[in-house]
Amino acid sequence: MTVAIVSYGVNNIGSVRRALVDLGADVVLAEHHDALAGADRVVLPGVGAFGEAMARLRAGGWVDALRRLVPQGRPLLGICLGMQMLADSSDENGTHDGLGLIAGRVRRLDALGCSLRIPHVGWNDVEYHGASPLFAKIPQGTDFYFVHSYAFEVGLPDTVRATTAYDVPLVASVQREHVFGTQFHPEKSSRAGRQVLKNFLDYGRC
Amino acid sequence: MLKVRVIPTLLWKDVGLVKGVRFDSWRRVGPVLPAIKVYNSRDVDELILLDITASGDGRAPDHESVSDFADACSVPLTVGGGIRTVEHIAALLRAGADKIAVNTALYEAPEVVNEAARQFGSQCVVASIDVRRAGDGLHVCVSRSGSRDTGCQPLDVAREAVERGAGEILLTSVDRDGTMTGYDIDLLRSLSALPVPVIASGGAGTYADLVAAVCAGGASAVAAASMFHFTEQTPAGAKAALRDAGVPVRHQFAGAVSQS
Repeated sequence: MTVAIVSYGVNNIGSVRRALVDLGADVVLAEHHDALAGADRVVLPGVGAFGEAMARLRAGGWVDALRRLVPQGRPLLGICLGMQMLADSSDENGTHDGLGLIAGRVRRLDALGCSLRIPHVGWNDVEYHGASPLFAKIPQGTDFYFVHSYAFEVGLPDTVRATTAYDVPLVASVQREHVFGTQFHPEKSSRAGRQVLKNFLDYGRC
Repeated sequence: MLKVRVIPTLLWKDVGLVKGVRFDSWRRVGPVLPAIKVYNSRDVDELILLDITASGDGRAPDHESVSDFADACSVPLTVGGGIRTVEHIAALLRAGADKIAVNTALYEAPEVVNEAARQFGSQCVVASIDVRRAGDGLHVCVSRSGSRDTGCQPLDVAREAVERGAGEILLTSVDRDGTMTGYDIDLLRSLSALPVPVIASGGAGTYADLVAAVCAGGASAVAAASMFHFTEQTPAGAKAALRDAGVPVRHQFAGAVSQS
């Protein structure tokens, strides 16, 4: 099982890499989109600002390469900002186009009705909606580690697979077919996060 | 609901971990990497790693070692010690630290807090405030691993740090550090109205001390070192005790996936 981590100049992919290696994956740090060709799975991490991250993806030719994964049926997991970039657009510091893989828009927490401290940082419990392969074997209400000031507002309700309660419910995970996203950081969510990554590796495996 | 965190603190000196009493009389605890792996395997909420001699020695943080530690860490990792510039912070975040803790620079180069918050976000900037009780019983902040009296009051330093963009306060009582006689609850309470989380540090000896820091001191997280290094009490036991006291804590996930 080869997993490519999209390496487009964002910080801190060491712990994602380590977690996937520990789970038995052959991990490729993809510095160029050509490196996605041989991957069975693709992970899109992300830290920082939406506009700048999308600009880096565009400049590196990643946008088309990532979109091609959908018709090819290869699973993709976006983490944190990586999940947000699956959306159509974001309002972070102006309006920016996303990858458009899961219908929706990324908005600041206060624009979503949140009146608590921003960013939402820390361990928060997650409620799953319907069957989500990412949360197999993980009890309802398990805590995951979040760090974010913006959240995904989905266009199609059935793409929400999990939410977390701050003062308003926030989207914690999305899925459309084999495109997955987690707002939380599985690589920083200890054993439960490790299980999410394992579930991603196991998804669709015969 | 966000959970109250239990955080082992690892003090890093030269090549290994140490623990002292009132920032002195250091005892060797062991090497760093195995300790991080053990705490990870025990499913702790977070780890704090402080290089306690970097500022005194005028050294920059050792981001290469931090990179090895961060790779082995599957929970959030805060790194402090010797941070004076935004370049130091950038290097540590690139190395895999999730947050950085600034202490001496709060007094000597506080604009680094503004710049770090602007570039990387408040969520990764922790203001680490060390406090002693002066002869008159009043709290005063100290820097350079407790060796320098700054003459500043904790609330003033904390407020300024938050205004500059710090997203969290690590509040350490030097007098209680390593004594395992309980946190300085008055000190914690004096900062409990701040709009950012306060991590209680210095003095934890029993689970009851952790409960007091949260329930009486208003802390959002409890850090402890000696208690976990030198007694049979564990982070999991600490969380069970907090839960019994009605404090929201993260449930341990006893998943099928083992961690190395």
